[in-house]
Amino acid sequence: MTTHVAHDESDFAPPAEVGEVELYHPKSFIGKYVWSQDAKVIAIQYALTAIGIGLVALVFSWLMRLQLGFPHRVAFITPSVYLQLVSMHGMIMVIYLLTALFLGGFGNYLIPLMVGARDMVFPYVNMLSYWLYLLAVILLCASFFVPGGPTGAGWTLYPPQAILDGTPGSHGGIILMLVSLAVFVIGFTMGGLNYVVTVLQARTRGMTMMRLPLTVWGIFMATILALLGFPALFVSALMMLLDLTLGTSFFMPALVDKGHQLAYSGGNPLLFQHLFWFFGHPEVYIVALPAFGIVSDLISTHARKNIFGYRMMVWAILIIGGLSFVVWAHHMYVSGMNPYFGFFFATTTLIIAVPTALKVYNWVLTLWRGNIRLNVPMLFAIAFIFTFVNGGLTGLFLGNVVVDLPLSDTMFVVAHFHMVMGIAPVLVVFGAIYHWYPKITGRMLDERLGKIHFWFTFVGTYAIFYPMHYLGFMGVPRRYYAFGGTNFIPDSAHSLNAAISIAAFVVGAAQMVFLYNLAVSYFRGRPAGGNPWEATTLEWQTPDTPPKHGNFGKELPVVYRWAYDYGVPGVKSDYIPQNVPPAEVPAEAWVGTAQPTGA
Amino acid sequence: MTIGLVLISLMMGGIVWWLFRQTINVQPWVAQSVVAQAGADSVPSPQARVALWVFLGVVTSLFALFVSAYAMRLGGFSDWQPLPRPRLLAVNTALLVGASLAMQWTVVAVRRRDSRSVGRGLAASGLLTLGFVAGQLFVWTQLRAAGYFASTSAATAFFYLFTAVHGAHVLGGLVAWVRATTRAWREPDAPGLRLIIELCATYWHYLLAVWLVLYALLVSGELGVAICSSTPL
Repeated sequence: MTTHVAHDESDFAPPAEVGEVELYHPKSFIGKYVWSQDAKVIAIQYALTAIGIGLVALVFSWLMRLQLGFPHRVAFITPSVYLQLVSMHGMIMVIYLLTALFLGGFGNYLIPLMVGARDMVFPYVNMLSYWLYLLAVILLCASFFVPGGPTGAGWTLYPPQAILDGTPGSHGGIILMLVSLAVFVIGFTMGGLNYVVTVLQARTRGMTMMRLPLTVWGIFMATILALLGFPALFVSALMMLLDLTLGTSFFMPALVDKGHQLAYSGGNPLLFQHLFWFFGHPEVYIVALPAFGIVSDLISTHARKNIFGYRMMVWAILIIGGLSFVVWAHHMYVSGMNPYFGFFFATTTLIIAVPTALKVYNWVLTLWRGNIRLNVPMLFAIAFIFTFVNGGLTGLFLGNVVVDLPLSDTMFVVAHFHMVMGIAPVLVVFGAIYHWYPKITGRMLDERLGKIHFWFTFVGTYAIFYPMHYLGFMGVPRRYYAFGGTNFIPDSAHSLNAAISIAAFVVGAAQMVFLYNLAVSYFRGRPAGGNPWEATTLEWQTPDTPPKHGNFGKELPVVYRWAYDYGVPGVKSDYIPQNVPPAEVPAEAWVGTAQPTGA
Repeated sequence: MTIGLVLISLMMGGIVWWLFRQTINVQPWVAQSVVAQAGADSVPSPQARVALWVFLGVVTSLFALFVSAYAMRLGGFSDWQPLPRPRLLAVNTALLVGASLAMQWTVVAVRRRDSRSVGRGLAASGLLTLGFVAGQLFVWTQLRAAGYFASTSAATAFFYLFTAVHGAHVLGGLVAWVRATTRAWREPDAPGLRLIIELCATYWHYLLAVWLVLYALLVSGELGVAICSSTPL
């Protein structure tokens, strides 16, 4: 193949992607920043809303830890309030923070920039997606103020208790919760269509699927999972809403409540659990896959080395996504379902460890003999690997039916899922914010404050969740407001609980350092320049930082290579951006075997 | 849930096949000076068409889960009491088939650039679809008059649920129909008209297919799994 560089349109094969598009042009401040159709502004709206509601859930976790560590010291935390805090904390963190932040926030910001598009393909629908998300958040918040308060049914909202008297928020609270979830699903579907079609149809010339950065792959597959999985949440929310309002009996069996026979009969509560976890397990990977993708890019960029096994990484993402749909009932081992199902689901669950371990090995092998720059994003990325492995290994315990039965509903489960899908993805969120903040604002975040934030968060979360495994082994149950005079729980467990609570307060306070850093660096941070990390992907090659509406100035970039040309042998600089043609790569000396073009 | 599982497996199988085609014999680490695409001579699909197919994937997942839920609710418990079969459903089905045919006829007309037939076709399909929606609402009134409410039994609940969710999707289609009709009215020669009508037709055929599945579930009383018995209403 010749190595001449073509700048002439006619030299290129017609792109499988689209050319120029008519951009929406905002005319006023409101059009630019409020009712914006620019994916980057929508991304920031999504991210700020998600972080805002996430802080509410963080405060809830403090209140829970206050009760668990130092029982009965705070008067207003009654058993009902405690259950409401548990439920809202879980629901907000999983759906309204992590899902919205990874897909709505990072997805919106990074997909168009990384694939070389001017914007999402349907900007108007994209805008609607955000406003529906905001409506869902408002409905959720409204449930704090209705009589009875928000639902206290746990984040899983299992019927029949979720809609029976006696459960906190069993009237207004649960209705608002279900409606909010339905609105969220509709809003997400609008955004998700955008992400998928933009990746499929709006890639710039030369950006083949196999040249996409792994961040885009992760977000893309997570979006597909969400598009197929969220309907299950919608179906279960809708049917429960009908049980509650119209008196149908989809999930509600015949019941006697306070001596009265209720009008329900014949419904199947297990059906709800199946539907809920049919969404609920893919949800774990809706959060994890973008984290996997982002962490791959962070590690490769800051270790100055190409990602180990790119194709394997892509396939692992796909296989994890596929398998995540056939493991849902491992959340239901104790539900009384057919034991043979348990055997099937335990097998599929353990198989997921294979592609996941592949990814972990590839990250570690990427670090191996890399030129590691131990800056804040890299610290968070490495911390993610540790935390994810820790949380993943306890997943192997819980995936086995016989081990799960005694550990189910104990603090062990809480420790497991917080490590694997709470802390691990949040560490990636932080790493990603430290990494892309310079592109979003044009200024660097403060490195020193970043390191303080990192060490307190990393060590602190281990101080919270590591001891929690031991509490689980002792049989300390989850969701309990207080333990009373339970004999099997020794005094040491209570002091351990107090220690965990103190660690939780410290970690929470460390997040204020992060928020301070975000705010102050916006005004006073060191100017970042266009490409402070010397990264190869397209978002760092924009003519303006922060990128203007339309992203790439007059001409869309042309892509000649994958996203991981770091430390290419025989090349002067240690990285080659994706849009640099082979002929323009400055060679150090001609080395026959290390010809950078490879063509 | 087996139905949902099988369907999701099929969809994931499709994605795996597609990715296999993307990755086989590709060496992503090789830089190229000339940007060439495999199959570059194929015309790219319009974004809106891809988006519609992705959306239909989502809707398929939704209906498959509803049907899964129905199968599971039905299989586990013995309290299943079918409701009488509304005769009007057959008429409504015929209306929806007619609407779908009219849409297809409109597609043929717009490909021939026959704007008069396009207008007629759109009007016919719109009227037939509205007739379908009205018919479904009338079935609801009939059932309510006969004393079958959503809370009466699980069978009635699923009857109302299936017809309501399908009807909501039909109404959503009518929004697109209004946009297509306005466009056909104002600028019958607009280049985008053909695409929007083709997409409408795809959506109409899809909803007809979904309705036929739901209709089979509703009325196949002979199989002993139906929502409606063979007693006519």
